Amino acid sequence: MSASLFNWFKFASPASFFPLAGRLVPWFAAATLVLAAAGLWVGFAVAPTDAQQGEGYRIIFVHVPASWMSMFIYCVMAFWSALGLSFNTRLSGMMTSALAPTGALFAFLSLWTGSLWGKPMWGAWWVWDARLTSQLILFFLYLGFIALQAAIDDPRRADKAGAILALVGVVNVPIIYFSVQWWNTLHQGASVSMTKAPSMAHTMLLGMLLMALAFWAYTITMALIRVRCIILERELTSEWVKKNAME
Amino acid sequence: MQWNSWSEFWAMGGYGLYVWGSFGACLLGMLIEPWLLLRRRRAIQARLPHKESAQ
Repeated sequence: MSASLFNWFKFASPASFFPLAGRLVPWFAAATLVLAAAGLWVGFAVAPTDAQQGEGYRIIFVHVPASWMSMFIYCVMAFWSALGLSFNTRLSGMMTSALAPTGALFAFLSLWTGSLWGKPMWGAWWVWDARLTSQLILFFLYLGFIALQAAIDDPRRADKAGAILALVGVVNVPIIYFSVQWWNTLHQGASVSMTKAPSMAHTMLLGMLLMALAFWAYTITMALIRVRCIILERELTSEWVKKNAME
Repeated sequence: MQWNSWSEFWAMGGYGLYVWGSFGACLLGMLIEPWLLLRRRRAIQARLPHKESAQ
């Protein structure tokens, strides 16, 4: 099949996306395991002890990837929401809903691991600082999105309401990201940024990036499995499900 | 590698509670989520009409 003949809109239909998602799941699941194994090996066996924080800094290998994913997933949800509201495609709302629980999990893990990092380094489990507070708001936005969708019976209306919440809430993401620059906070600045060289040892950076990729692959795996569940739940009575969904 | 023994590894230079509390929570969360999803999938498959006729 040549690229110009490939019809991307074909996969905007749940019936044709369903088998594609099913074929992709094992690959992303395998990638998650391989990348996590490599990331944990580099993080615990290769990366050196930190000069200031000793072994405690190793929380970075889950804290930063979880925080990145929590912000990134929300942006992807906003993207699907914009697409859904503009083109009224059914799959967009399903993708948004499929991502929300994983995003909520990562937002929670970001707060949890941050708290366990803050206690030994700052002496406090929690401070009402700009970075921490905006991240807590992100967690509540995820919970709000899930609760809002669960409260509306008609799935198409639930998608619309959720899409608006996702689009309004996305303004919080740059606030989280730049909070360490805009306000005087306890939280350290970005360890990795697009404008300057990373301020950490190469092996530490490698471990963090491998774990970030593992979390990325995990997110895709979970979203694909969940979107397949959502497609089936919503289209249980349609003909193609009766014909093709048998496994 | 900077670890001379397993006990040294688990102690994490005195930060064991914090490091393993973080990694443990992530592992737990990333096991519970797929488990819940598989349960959800099984519940749907039980509702598929042809499932019974195929057996």
